[in-house]
Amino acid sequence: MSKQDNVFKSLVNSFGLPRLLIAGFLLLLFCIAPIGHISITQSISDVLMRFGQNAVLVLAMVPMIHSGCGLNFGLPLGIIAGLLGGTLAIELNVVGAASFFVAIIFSVLFAIVFGYVYGILLNRIKGSEMMIATYVGYAAVAFMCMMWLLLPYKHPQMVWGYAGRGLRTTISTEGFYYHVLSDFLSFKIFGITIPTGSILFFAFLALCIWAFLHTKSGTAMTAVGSNPVFARACGINVNKIRTLSVIMSTALGAIGILVYQQSFGFIQLYMGPFYMALPAVSAILIGGASVNKASIANVVIGTLLFQGIVTMTPSVMNSIIHTDMSEVIRIVVSNGMILYALTRKSEATL
Amino acid sequence: MSDNNIPLLEVRNVKKDFFGNVVLKDINFTLKEGEILGLVGENGAGKSTLMKILFGMKEITETGGYEGSILLNGKEVKFKSSFDALNAGFGMVHQEFSLIPEFTATENIVLNRESVKYSFASELYGDRLNTLDREDMRKRAVEAIKKLQVNLDENMSVSQMPVGYKQFTEISRELSRDGMKILILDEPTAVLTENEAESLLQAMKRLKAHGIAIIFITHRLQEIIDVCDKIIVMRDGKIVEDMKNENINIRQIAKAMVGREVSQVQNENSAQVSNNFSEDETILEVKNLWVDMPGEIVHDVNLKVKRGEILGIAGLAGQGKIGIPNGIMGLFNAGGEVIFNGKKLPHNNPKECIKNGLAFVSEDRRGVGLLLDESLEWNVSFGAMQAQNRFLKKICGIIKWRDKADIKKTTERCIQALQIKCTSSKQKARELSGGNQQKICLAKAFVLKPKLLFVSEATRGIDIGAKALVLDALKKYNKESGVTIVMVSSELEELRSVCSRIAVVTDGKVAGILPSSSSSDEFGLLMVAGHEAKEAV
Repeated sequence: MSKQDNVFKSLVNSFGLPRLLIAGFLLLLFCIAPIGHISITQSISDVLMRFGQNAVLVLAMVPMIHSGCGLNFGLPLGIIAGLLGGTLAIELNVVGAASFFVAIIFSVLFAIVFGYVYGILLNRIKGSEMMIATYVGYAAVAFMCMMWLLLPYKHPQMVWGYAGRGLRTTISTEGFYYHVLSDFLSFKIFGITIPTGSILFFAFLALCIWAFLHTKSGTAMTAVGSNPVFARACGINVNKIRTLSVIMSTALGAIGILVYQQSFGFIQLYMGPFYMALPAVSAILIGGASVNKASIANVVIGTLLFQGIVTMTPSVMNSIIHTDMSEVIRIVVSNGMILYALTRKSEATL
Repeated sequence: MSDNNIPLLEVRNVKKDFFGNVVLKDINFTLKEGEILGLVGENGAGKSTLMKILFGMKEITETGGYEGSILLNGKEVKFKSSFDALNAGFGMVHQEFSLIPEFTATENIVLNRESVKYSFASELYGDRLNTLDREDMRKRAVEAIKKLQVNLDENMSVSQMPVGYKQFTEISRELSRDGMKILILDEPTAVLTENEAESLLQAMKRLKAHGIAIIFITHRLQEIIDVCDKIIVMRDGKIVEDMKNENINIRQIAKAMVGREVSQVQNENSAQVSNNFSEDETILEVKNLWVDMPGEIVHDVNLKVKRGEILGIAGLAGQGKIGIPNGIMGLFNAGGEVIFNGKKLPHNNPKECIKNGLAFVSEDRRGVGLLLDESLEWNVSFGAMQAQNRFLKKICGIIKWRDKADIKKTTERCIQALQIKCTSSKQKARELSGGNQQKICLAKAFVLKPKLLFVSEATRGIDIGAKALVLDALKKYNKESGVTIVMVSSELEELRSVCSRIAVVTDGKVAGILPSSSSSDEFGLLMVAGHEAKEAV
């Protein structure tokens, strides 16, 4: 009995109680799904699709967490870089898969510039990065709300039909990079659709980040996050490393939103970027990351769990209790996770 | 009031340990009404701990209390908190001010003991809504200030006062308590100018005339001789001298403070060490160095370090000895000239320093020295990896990949060589004990293969066994690889057992450099007051 207790305890310790609870809840949802006549295979397909959509955005948290800049609540800045890249690719009328790569190139260029300035800002307010980052996100979104109207875009698929200028709130990626990754090598097995391209693309980026963290600069980045004074005493230029991490996070955010758009099918402008940071933050926290420690495993597990909950709760709850409690529950769960994760600042689980 | 034969305060056999680490032992002394007791000792001698016990501070009660007894007017007292001590007639003025800057002197003096007037609202809500009787408060404050006979404006806000006045406000606050009998002053003159200190000493004499007993802690020995009736010298948690202030000079006190004469063994030791270096070759020359390190400001240090020697830097806390290595290594803003191996080193550039063959074991082990949340492997290898491109494999010629195998091998070698107690080289630095953490810091520095190694307070806060190991490791390292070591420490005895020469830093300057075989009182004099000593010698 006590041995079992120990096994259970060590399991809880190694996997983390919050992750265990969320995973249990997700499992429960899958178990009761058939009662509401919901197709399990369809649900799993949905979860995988959403995983492919969101994983890169969650990955964008990792570099900044490693360098001690905290959770990237300023993700909207990176997303805006992505939006600029995406809309530019369409404006230049690059069609098909090529548009995706053109979009990525533009986005990353924008992200480097934005990230550099954002990094300089964060270096001046060490200790309260997350609060400032949040407002950087707000400010960037608000500023771009004006710019989307003012920038001289002309492409008929993007501008308001009646005025002939100013971008629409949602722009279809149909004909451009719609599903370029999701449909790549995609196949069906046991009725489950696997978005191979999206997953491979994420795996490639994750591998890059993992490899980077094993290099000299990557090691320095982790050390800067772990103890900046130590890093400085060892001759590291702390500000430079932090700026690098912010640029990386911003660029990943930019690529992340492009991946999201190709799967989702629409570019969402104006207030769109505003709502993207919190889900990414809560996903990586559910995945077991803490404010200053995060691994690729945290990203994968967190995205699966978070997107699982987001996909399953509405459909299962709706079909069972026939009221729209689902959204409330989802919000309570995701925001509750953020709150919980922020309170346990130090310990992270692998 | 009390019988003349019964002392106001008697401390009997007080002993205190922090989790087995004995910091106070066999403390016995008495204090009579109107007596001024001077308490001196090096940093870490146990003065502050003793005062905390007397004052019932929670650091003491929370760490298992103390042994022995404290008698007040012949009756044993046991304070559970500082409030008990206050009620029993103790008053304490700490080194750091505890005043509210925006309040006036009066408000600070009678804080939380304000005179009150009845108001209508108190009928409904209780005493908390009584209104303040400002006139009476002012009277009480003035009365307390009068006892000191200083010229302090009771309506002045604390934030506008010069430091000395803040100190007087603090003392007035203690004096304004009814039944204040024993006043503890913890280095009250440290922050004062000479004039201010002088008037404080005068005030103390007046308080003495009022029958108030004072325990006076200071590093300025002349002040002790000027005002005290009795002098207690503490060292290593024990009282080594308890003497009446008659025919005593600074030299005697200084000698008692610093400690025993160097024993024969240690002399041999230092002879051994001193054989090792060449007399003429200078490896490091420091000219007019200033360092802006808070609490350890260096003003103007000139120093020559010989190749292969172990040079000690001694001095009391806050005099600037710790600032020297921190400034040279570029961790704090510094200026002046540092010439290493004939090459001028840039300031504020730790990387250049490490590249040129300097290494530093910081006194702030947990803050600067270690990555607490990373493995020992990371801690040991990180500095060398970043500054010297070691522990890296090249992939495709450009990517510098961490060489895990090499890191592991080196770390395990260090763990063995320094006898570091840990579960594996993958254990997190945070989980190690203080002594073993210190050894990791040493390992980190050794791995850099420096030509000159700064070691700052290497044995602070670690137990005796670990201390010996750390010191031996340093000696061995110096002997075997011929590395020059500059060792900064508050413990003179430790320096004398390891170093060939010891520089004493006082007031941000080198007060003098002595061979470690010099007598204790010479060191003591340099430490306490560099300028006075020069005149005397």
